[in-house]
Amino acid sequence: MQIDRCKGCTDLSEQDMLRFRSVETAFLEASKSYGYREVRTPTLEYLYLFTSAGTLTPGMLRRVYSFLDWDGWSGERVVLKPDTTIPTARMYIERMQHKGHTARLSYVANSFVFEETGTKARERWQCGAELIGGGGELADAELIAFACDAVKRMGLDKIEIKLSHAGLIRGLLSSLGLDNTEQDAVLSRILDGELDTLENVHTAKPQVVEALKLLLNTKGRSAGFLKNLRALFAADISEAQNELSSFISTIEMLEAMELPYEIDFTSGKGFEYYTGIIYRLFAGDENIGGGGRYDKLIEMMGGATAPAAGFGLYIDRLSSLINIDDLYIPVSQRVSVSIVPGAMKLGCEVSGLLRKAGFIVLTALDGKPSYDCGWELKVLPDEPRLVLRNCGTDEMNNCSDAMEALMLIGVG
Amino acid sequence: MLIRVALPKGRLMNSTAAILDKAGWGLDDYNEKSRLYRLKSSTRDDISAKIFQERDIPIQVAIGNYDIGICGLDWITEYTVIYPSSALLTVRDMGFGEGAVYAATMPGVIAGGEIITRGQAVRIVGEYPNLAEALALKMRLNHFAVYPLWGSADAYPPENADIILLPRKCESEIVSLGLQSLGKVVDFRACLIVNKDSLRSKDMSSILASINACIPAVFQQADASGEEFINIGATKQRMELQCEYDADTVRLALPDGHQQSHVRKIFDAAGIQMDDYPSSSGNRRPKSSLEGFFIKVIRPQDMPMQVAGGDYDLAITGRDWLTDHLYQFPSSPVKQMLDLKYGWVRIVAVVTNEAPVNSTTELQQLHCRQDSACRIAAEYINIADHYARTNHFGSYRIVPTWGATEAFLPEDADVLIENTETGSTLVKNNLKIIETLFESTACVIGGTRSDTSPLKAQRMAKFVELLRKALELG
Repeated sequence: MQIDRCKGCTDLSEQDMLRFRSVETAFLEASKSYGYREVRTPTLEYLYLFTSAGTLTPGMLRRVYSFLDWDGWSGERVVLKPDTTIPTARMYIERMQHKGHTARLSYVANSFVFEETGTKARERWQCGAELIGGGGELADAELIAFACDAVKRMGLDKIEIKLSHAGLIRGLLSSLGLDNTEQDAVLSRILDGELDTLENVHTAKPQVVEALKLLLNTKGRSAGFLKNLRALFAADISEAQNELSSFISTIEMLEAMELPYEIDFTSGKGFEYYTGIIYRLFAGDENIGGGGRYDKLIEMMGGATAPAAGFGLYIDRLSSLINIDDLYIPVSQRVSVSIVPGAMKLGCEVSGLLRKAGFIVLTALDGKPSYDCGWELKVLPDEPRLVLRNCGTDEMNNCSDAMEALMLIGVG
Repeated sequence: MLIRVALPKGRLMNSTAAILDKAGWGLDDYNEKSRLYRLKSSTRDDISAKIFQERDIPIQVAIGNYDIGICGLDWITEYTVIYPSSALLTVRDMGFGEGAVYAATMPGVIAGGEIITRGQAVRIVGEYPNLAEALALKMRLNHFAVYPLWGSADAYPPENADIILLPRKCESEIVSLGLQSLGKVVDFRACLIVNKDSLRSKDMSSILASINACIPAVFQQADASGEEFINIGATKQRMELQCEYDADTVRLALPDGHQQSHVRKIFDAAGIQMDDYPSSSGNRRPKSSLEGFFIKVIRPQDMPMQVAGGDYDLAITGRDWLTDHLYQFPSSPVKQMLDLKYGWVRIVAVVTNEAPVNSTTELQQLHCRQDSACRIAAEYINIADHYARTNHFGSYRIVPTWGATEAFLPEDADVLIENTETGSTLVKNNLKIIETLFESTACVIGGTRSDTSPLKAQRMAKFVELLRKALELG
């Protein structure tokens, strides 16, 4: 009987894992250089962590893997985590907030979201960072720079950033006279891509609706775009002025850092915890990550008020974009060691020396040398104790001791 | 080509039968008097029909055992809301069977847009656990727990539930129960459903056209995506620690249905006086001579979960339901406290007489040889799951059922996990037992964390002792 993989789940082959580790390593190196410390949260969380208003949108909640586990007699459902920011925020509240420091945290984690057809991944990997306890435009700029730096370290140079701003949209919705609950509902629909939801908003300020439509339907490439909007609608969007100014400041910082960007207000789909800037990162047409500011999340989850922002990079998508030719260990660094009975001590000694020198040593099983090595080394109980073959040239050499073999292979 | 049709028992049966009669299907035995499950058409040779509990029909059509089904939209939505990508397609509203599943609370639970809970979590109970979860997500509840029930949801509030899901014909029926309606969760008119793969690959046109011609044209295609039906918006949650009982009160759950007379007999023998149990008026809160006891009448199937959740301290149920609960939740804080020695049944694994197996091992080997998944139908889904796992069935599927399980063999399942007293129903249905899993009788169960005060612990122990002595004497 053939045993299949679960629908929507993927095996990572040896090539996939080379790519995965390459992305992960580049991210963790960038993370370290920006002073972010790696954390890990569990795969299982209580469902209610994600159901509070202002965390995931209803569209996302409908697709989480929730179930009663062995402890579910209390009716409490658990969930395979659909997102990593919320569990990280939970962890921050539980273990770090009392210290009063700004927390710079990074993670490499999987998350699970149901996808109906089963043809796309239901388990997704991402690496990300959260900056909690420190706010402002500089914090946003630091995170965006960090994300771009990490992607560049992966060998991807052509990055574009698409920017949106939940705080600005909320400010405009507030100008329409919508209360917080109504704002939540409309914002989550907008972030889910349902732009026609504005047609159903009844308001005495149709000019604000016009401003919103202009924002949602127009894409800009300079801070000037936002300044133009401010000039056009200043009188109608008084509640959004501070957010607009903050957004302009951040964009000016990105311009100073020479990071390419586009203003696109429909970014941020699926998450309604964002309160300020939202951004998505693209490599060509591929959306490789995103993030934003969520200043109310910590408080909403029961912690003390703390500004917070973060981003996530999609490992699965990044992996498919990187060149793995450079990641393979060349065959010249791989040695197949065949140990004849009675020569075990010398065989172990020479294998240990080779490994210590950075070679990959594969023990030949059943006397058959491994197929993908540049060198074959036969270890015998009698003279000549070591016979070395260069698999590329077929040249054979007898060696009297381990050091001689190592010299021929190229160590030392 | 034979088209397989799943038809409902119960509330939709008469109206469905009338339409099928008009459509000329010739299913003469499809009526309340008939005891047949498998129906033959006297007019068409391309129809094979079977009668199911309504709740089973969406599953049977979705997994492809049946091409066409007729079922209430409540059960369709209960299925599609959690399995949106299943092969189930709702094609027509049939225009009868009006009613709705309502969400309801006790008056005063919702105030000023807030739901006031008695514990940390909003407790939602009902026969529709998937709709309950969808409702909780729609209401954006911070913290909730869903208790699936076999029935009697109206008995739960206010002590044991904050929100209940109740099927009723109209909202006034909710109000007449002393409840406050929060609104409709889903309408439940009868709908015609089909399996998507059958629709793609089989010519069912003649059958579909015959039934379509009998449905008034005003009824448009039903949309059973679930979420759209829930018209209850986001609700804030506020916890108020209220307690209806003092810490010394023992909360006791007694069974409804046919077990009532047995329980009454034991109580009489124990000298416990009961007022209005069994109740002809449907009273679910009988009074008794037990000092410091609060008693409610609910379904025995639901009791282990209720005791585990701390809503009751003691309950009288069957060991079969306790075992099913403990197989699902091994760490559950509920245990048997006394065997009441009535209601004896065997829990058995059953196959059709034609199956070339006489033991579980042979059944497992047969499916191994055939390289096929074994379909196990059961009301006891956790016992069935445990049976399959411990017997190393490899690939298997549990088919949950809600009654009339013996009709599932051989077309819709390979083995049943069923209870039987004399075995005569099994014999009548051409079935044979291949293994007895365990024997079950009624029992008193108790919460292992219930003895929260010395007086309460004393009262619980005294109650169990009273029944024990009555059994010894009787």
